[in-house]
Amino acid sequence: MNWLAGFFGDAGHWSGPDGIPARLLEHLEFSAAAFFVAALIAVPLGMLIGHTGRGALLVVVAANAARALPTLGLLVLVVLLAGVGTVLPVLIPLVVLAIPPILVNTYEGVRGVDADLRDAAYGMGLRGRQVLFQTLIPVALPLILLGLRLAAIQVVSTATIAAFVGLGGLGRFIIDGLATKTYADVIGGAVLVAALALAVQFVFVLLDRVAVSPGVRRVR
Amino acid sequence: MSEEPLIRWDWIARNWANGSPTAISVLLENHVVTAFLPVLLGLIVAVPLGLACVRWRWLYQPTAALMNVTYSLPSLVLFSIFLSITGLTRSTVVIPLTFFALAILIPAVVDGLASVPDSVRQSAVAMGFRPARRLLLVELPVAVPVVLAGLRVATVSSISLVSVGALIGQGGLGNLFIDGWQRQFYTPIVVGIVLIVVLAVLADGLLVLAQRLLTPWSRARRTT
Amino acid sequence: MITFEGVTKRYRDGTVAVDDLSLEVPTGAITVFVGPSGCGKTTSLRMINRMIDATSGRIALDGQDVREIDPPTLRRGIGYVIQQAGLFPHRKIVDNVATVPYLLGWSRKKARARAMELLELVGLDASLASRYPFQLSGGQQQRVGVARALAADPPVLLMDEPFSAVDPIVRASLQDELLRLQSELRKTIVFVTHDIDEAVKLGDTVAVMRVGGRLAQMAGPATLLTEPADDFVREFLGRDRGIRRLSFISAKEVRLSPAPSALVIDEDGRPLGWRTGDGLAAYGTFNPETDSLRVALDAALLSPNGIAVAVDEAGRVRGVAGRDAIDELLAEHAPPAAGPFRDAGSPRAAGSPPAGSPPGGSGAGISEGVPT
Ligand SMILES: Nc1ncnc2c1ncn2[C@@H]1O[C@H](COP(=O)(O)OP(=O)(O)O)[C@@H](O)[C@H]1O
Ligand SMILES: [Mg+2]
Repeated sequence: MNWLAGFFGDAGHWSGPDGIPARLLEHLEFSAAAFFVAALIAVPLGMLIGHTGRGALLVVVAANAARALPTLGLLVLVVLLAGVGTVLPVLIPLVVLAIPPILVNTYEGVRGVDADLRDAAYGMGLRGRQVLFQTLIPVALPLILLGLRLAAIQVVSTATIAAFVGLGGLGRFIIDGLATKTYADVIGGAVLVAALALAVQFVFVLLDRVAVSPGVRRVR
Repeated sequence: MSEEPLIRWDWIARNWANGSPTAISVLLENHVVTAFLPVLLGLIVAVPLGLACVRWRWLYQPTAALMNVTYSLPSLVLFSIFLSITGLTRSTVVIPLTFFALAILIPAVVDGLASVPDSVRQSAVAMGFRPARRLLLVELPVAVPVVLAGLRVATVSSISLVSVGALIGQGGLGNLFIDGWQRQFYTPIVVGIVLIVVLAVLADGLLVLAQRLLTPWSRARRTT
Repeated sequence: MITFEGVTKRYRDGTVAVDDLSLEVPTGAITVFVGPSGCGKTTSLRMINRMIDATSGRIALDGQDVREIDPPTLRRGIGYVIQQAGLFPHRKIVDNVATVPYLLGWSRKKARARAMELLELVGLDASLASRYPFQLSGGQQQRVGVARALAADPPVLLMDEPFSAVDPIVRASLQDELLRLQSELRKTIVFVTHDIDEAVKLGDTVAVMRVGGRLAQMAGPATLLTEPADDFVREFLGRDRGIRRLSFISAKEVRLSPAPSALVIDEDGRPLGWRTGDGLAAYGTFNPETDSLRVALDAALLSPNGIAVAVDEAGRVRGVAGRDAIDELLAEHAPPAAGPFRDAGSPRAAGSPPAGSPPGGSGAGISEGVPT
């Protein structure tokens, strides 16, 4: 506890480029960038595959294999290949990390929509796009949001290790603290990242409340 | 640096089993143990805990919430916290990974038991099964496919996560990443990634095989 | 009018689900496709709104080939009701019903007002409008399904086993409701079921199909019961055809006699029972205005002396009909001479399946009586 007091009580930790606000902002910046790139790729792809049923097996197998990729190794390799000091390459492992949960859950959600429901939608004269947007997506939304939530949490958590290759973010406190054996910084950084991950979790719970129809939430 | 190839086979040959504690084969063995121990421990804890959650419904909400919180913690964060308790030992990685495994396995056990159709449960009761036998002979077998699905996820993510432990010196094959980074040398990094993915795919395949052998009926059901 | 002309559907795996089907579905009446599971009923139905396209042949809606119409446009003009109702779980009941009006670009207000009107029409309380589908019983969901199909007032309604998933009592009330609606709305309805009793109860015309997607017989329900075209149809119709046929003969023409003194009547004119040596015995009643001959016969069988009591709407005695009176009417409506002969199982019947009988040919003038 006195470690925590030492970390958070130190006025020097609250300002400047090494301060908590600046590090938090950095962390959020590249987490958000990686998350949105992944979502932009995986959500439409998952919907397309779930709706048309084409290429499903390939994608699911690839997504499962991608889960096994060690992010630290990928990060180190990409940064070495691209040259130390650039930001964009760091996003690649994080995007790779975020795509599988979004893709698989979106695909499963859209594909899992009751065949009768799809039939009824077409039978009433909805066009393909209307079926997707008015029926499949609203009904699949809980699963799509679940995929997005898992991805967001993993990105925020894993972005910590970006500090290892010289990037900013909250991971700096942990990595630097480990290197200099300043355990107050390690624990302080850990608490900050954990709080951030919980905040993300909370945001998605709210999003679920707002965006998902009560008629669907009850069914699952 | 630009002429450095991605793979130097001679380095692999020299470092596969050279007797040093950082030989690839030693790291591999280390990795396997550090990755599987948490899954095993997790399973041993998750089954009774999951059963308890089914038996006493009020237990499930708080347990699920706790597991949800755990799952959202970065592995490095947990490693750092345990570092201050268990020091530079294998436990510092194994204990947090056990929590991650639990976060996946407890819901899997609970969902698995919930997937037992009520008609099956009722007819078992009607045939005169006592609760313990019913659990062992009827409900658990029916729950196996769901539990195994959870086990697959837990195993693959455990294998992948061990490597982060390298940041506190307990990462198995993850140490190759640190080594490669510090020496600006691709080969160890590529070897580490490939071995980890192969390990994960192999373990996943074995679990799929186990599922086929353990639950021959579930395959028939999937095709209908 | 919907016309099938030599329609065949062969699925990609080679299954011939419908084979050279030709028939006419008359405007403003209920036509039932009935047959065992897998005989191609659903396929036939879904070819009408192009959920499935025919392999060959032609389906025309009032003379226009459905293939010339863009499928979504075609479907918006055809109501479609399926077994599990297929309600959108994420939309409130009122918005479910308003789906097609929204698609057609109606204003939100107008569409919702129309939806409320329909909920009332199908007998659902207005308070259900703001619920979600999971909060309704199966029977209520099915009513919403019917309301939704009727929302844009389409002239044609396709119903695929809409009532098979609900219990028999709810099913019977849904069937009655459909008949009541139809007497007001006069839609062209194609109704698919595997339940012959439902087919006979609801159909103005019944098309019996056999496995392989061929038409076995198309006729009015009364004709079907008395003159099944072949062994397949006869077996499919099941037992008691003679009795069930009486449901299609009105009891209006039964000759009534004045009530004998043995019938005890209260001061309002309602029957109390038949006087016997030591008290009152049971009696059976029918209303000649609304009931069928089957009910009259049943009433006669319920009385110890074989006499049915005729009552009016208020339950007051109008007279009685003995078995002789009922027999007279039975004789008038006796099946054609060939009927019993074929029923005896003559080999002639087995070999003559008039599968290609002219559409609607034997079904002319079959709407006699009130199906009960
Ligand atoms: N998409 C399909 N592909 C192949 N065969 C099908 C398909 N849909 C239906 N069938 C087959 O066509 C036949 C008729 O099916 P269907 O029209 O659904 O029958 P019914 O509604 O009378 O039960 C059945 O033998 C069924 O197995
Ligand atoms: Mg069908």
